[in-house]
Amino acid sequence: MRLLRNLVKAVAAYALLAGSISLMAGAGFVNPYWVQILELACIVAISAQGLNLIYGYAGLFSLGHAAFYGIGAYTAAYLMKTYGGQSQAFFLAALLAGGGASATVAYLIGLPTLRLTSDYLGIATLGFGIIMKVIFDNADSFLPALGGARGMTGIAKMTTIPWVVFFLLASLFVVRNTIHSSYGRAVLSVREDEIAAETMGIDTFQYKMVGFVTGCAFAGVAGGLYAHLYAFLHPSNFDFFKSIDILVIVVIGGLGNMSGTLVASFGWIFLLEGLRVVLPPGYVELRWVLIPVLLIVTMLLRPQGIFGAHEFPFLRGKGTR
Amino acid sequence: MMLEIRGLTKHFGGIRAVDGVDLLLGEGELVGLIGPNGSGKTTVFNLVTGIYRPDAGSIALEGENLVGIPPHRINRLGIARTFQNSRLFRKLTVMDNVRIAHHSHLKYGPLAALCRTNRFYNGEKELHEKVDNYLSIFMLQNRKYEIAGNLSYGDQRRLEIARALASEPRVLLLDEPAAGMNPYEVGRLMEFILLIRERFQLSILLIEHQMRLVMGICERLAVMDFGLVIARGIPAEIRENRKVIEAYLGEEVPFE
Amino acid sequence: MEYFIQQLINGLQLGFVYALIALGYTMVYGIVRLINFAHGDVFMIGAFIGLYTIERFQWPLAAVFVSAIVGCTVLAVLIEQLAYRPLRHAPKIASLITAIGVSLFLEYFTSLRQVFGPNFYSFPRPFPVVSWDWYGILVTNIQVVIFFVTILCLLLLQFIVFRTKMGRAMRAVSFDYVTAGLMGVNVNMVISFTFGLGAALAGVGGVLYGIAYPQVNTFMGFMPGLKAFTAAVLGGIGNIPGAVLGALIMGQSETMVSAYLSSTYRDGIAFVILILVLLWKPTGILGTSRTEKV
Repeated sequence: MRLLRNLVKAVAAYALLAGSISLMAGAGFVNPYWVQILELACIVAISAQGLNLIYGYAGLFSLGHAAFYGIGAYTAAYLMKTYGGQSQAFFLAALLAGGGASATVAYLIGLPTLRLTSDYLGIATLGFGIIMKVIFDNADSFLPALGGARGMTGIAKMTTIPWVVFFLLASLFVVRNTIHSSYGRAVLSVREDEIAAETMGIDTFQYKMVGFVTGCAFAGVAGGLYAHLYAFLHPSNFDFFKSIDILVIVVIGGLGNMSGTLVASFGWIFLLEGLRVVLPPGYVELRWVLIPVLLIVTMLLRPQGIFGAHEFPFLRGKGTR
Repeated sequence: MMLEIRGLTKHFGGIRAVDGVDLLLGEGELVGLIGPNGSGKTTVFNLVTGIYRPDAGSIALEGENLVGIPPHRINRLGIARTFQNSRLFRKLTVMDNVRIAHHSHLKYGPLAALCRTNRFYNGEKELHEKVDNYLSIFMLQNRKYEIAGNLSYGDQRRLEIARALASEPRVLLLDEPAAGMNPYEVGRLMEFILLIRERFQLSILLIEHQMRLVMGICERLAVMDFGLVIARGIPAEIRENRKVIEAYLGEEVPFE
Repeated sequence: MEYFIQQLINGLQLGFVYALIALGYTMVYGIVRLINFAHGDVFMIGAFIGLYTIERFQWPLAAVFVSAIVGCTVLAVLIEQLAYRPLRHAPKIASLITAIGVSLFLEYFTSLRQVFGPNFYSFPRPFPVVSWDWYGILVTNIQVVIFFVTILCLLLLQFIVFRTKMGRAMRAVSFDYVTAGLMGVNVNMVISFTFGLGAALAGVGGVLYGIAYPQVNTFMGFMPGLKAFTAAVLGGIGNIPGAVLGALIMGQSETMVSAYLSSTYRDGIAFVILILVLLWKPTGILGTSRTEKV
């Protein structure tokens, strides 16, 4: 019965959130430009939850997150464009396929690299990210539809508020419920002290792998949503800078903190766009000077991130204390 | 025979950390492994728990071979240990530290956790109660929500043992449990070790430098020096053994 | 065959420049375990200092190098004291993010119209280019300058690190900074010195890069910085000869791939090599593994 009750609560929350925003957008209360920004923020939040799981909880320093975002984007876009048309059902399948593709690549990359120690893992994933960008740039030489360095066009604009909210809530749901359980604690133990965790019966490699693959799957789904938001993909969307963006979001929000990651994702996107609007026309590029300064100041004043260890009430565990 | 170690050897570069060591631990026994610093005692523990792979020799738990088996499976087979330099999960709570060690006996699967079924809630409740039980034996239940790194030294040492016990082992390897303790605390620890051996039906192998503890509770001793076992026997014999005295104190200087 | 040797020499040229940058990364990492993301941008500043001193003031080459060294050293030490030192005892990731912030700031701030501007600028030749034809292989005086200057810098570095008191202090601090401090080493000064030393080399590298590939832009430090850092890891992070070795491998592989395969793959090949090396030797070619005592 508890299960049914929880299910009803989840569906209600989704309906409320997605419904209200869609209504406001449809009725014209919110400028469609800002609706798109909101959708982008949700997408970034999904991807960031993935990196939060990988780095914040599992302690795996991954600097190639954008590559998995891209794998999901191109996979979903290609499938949808080639087979899906405008079908909502196929869109779901394409998104899940994108997530699956990222997960698979993550598994293959993880097998050899997850045994490396932290800084080296960072370099290896950074290297993988660069390699993927090169592949994206040259993708049209083996699959013309992907566009390569010219970019991929002809993608349907399938991403809407309901989809984005659904996956965001789903990602929060997965992370929250796993972390606040014995499985989540096992993941944390791997981050805290691998050797001690092993001698307590935790298969650290398996947990690292699961954390990594799941986090990359999130990025893949987010990528698919992104592809169908602006209907244009270019390899420059998936370069090292993008991996850095997500890393910054997760650290600023607070490593291993879902609420912080959520707030930081929205904050980041709205700050970027907000500054674009606020700054006078000739000085728009100034935001890229202000943002690093903000970054540096935040780290100097609050290195544990804005949220530190505090979570929003709905993201805390109940009955697991 | 609970734990049978024969001809155990481990080299690090040119150093023979462990050089053909034989060790036996019978069921319910409390055996002490002593010797000067650097004699290879902790390395033996690391080899038994699978952290290092031996270059030669055999390790068997109730007849089952342990060599080549990863540490987490060795723990599930029934061996738990504490560390010389405490390896608590310092940023996690006392509760979490012990709960994690009990993870291999968990009663619900990841899907149950994801969907928050009754099985999950019941499993968490049962886990909580079990851990409460362990904590009360170790007198840590008042601090169960405290961050492990904030505990006093003595509490941390006890937590380390509690955590090892929570994985429900049959063999417990204690690495210098009395390090840094005053005589009163050592006395308490001695009673404690005997208590848990009885209560949890453990076979215990103990590394220790504090002779009072070693002589007081160990039934048998093995003495190591430079990777070799140089003496075996009951405490009374070992106390008088010349080689042991030399190993600890150095050879007698002949007078001119 | 001539083509191959030609590419070999070109690769050497690139590798030497990478080496000057890689050394800064490896020394800083060795001493404070920080990946100094801003280092590539210090290199960029060096190139711009070179640009201004040659074009505006028309100083002789030696003065150009000196000004690049001074400018970059001051910048790096300033960054270290303002942004990194306060976070020395904070979790490492905080320093890393700050380094990223500094890097972005340097790149974007200098790209403002009021500073250097966002365009690509042509780096002036400080001396007329002379090339010698040697059985079909072209060697220019630029390459000779790069080789000589780099080797000189390497020799100086060897001397400083292994023959001076400061060098010994650097090695001590990179091993165990707490104990070094207890032994009377002024840890703060040693760390600042290391940052400055690395920056000085990067400054020289910046000028040489400008001479060899005469197009500068405020974002030019990003990719070479990344590659130089990768080179340092390849050779064994924290290991000085390793950084040079790694840089030469990176420079060579990039040039060869560009010449024989396609220039579009040039960025990728270096990282493929890196991943392969890490899988075989997780601490880099000359790296020593710091085994944890259990």
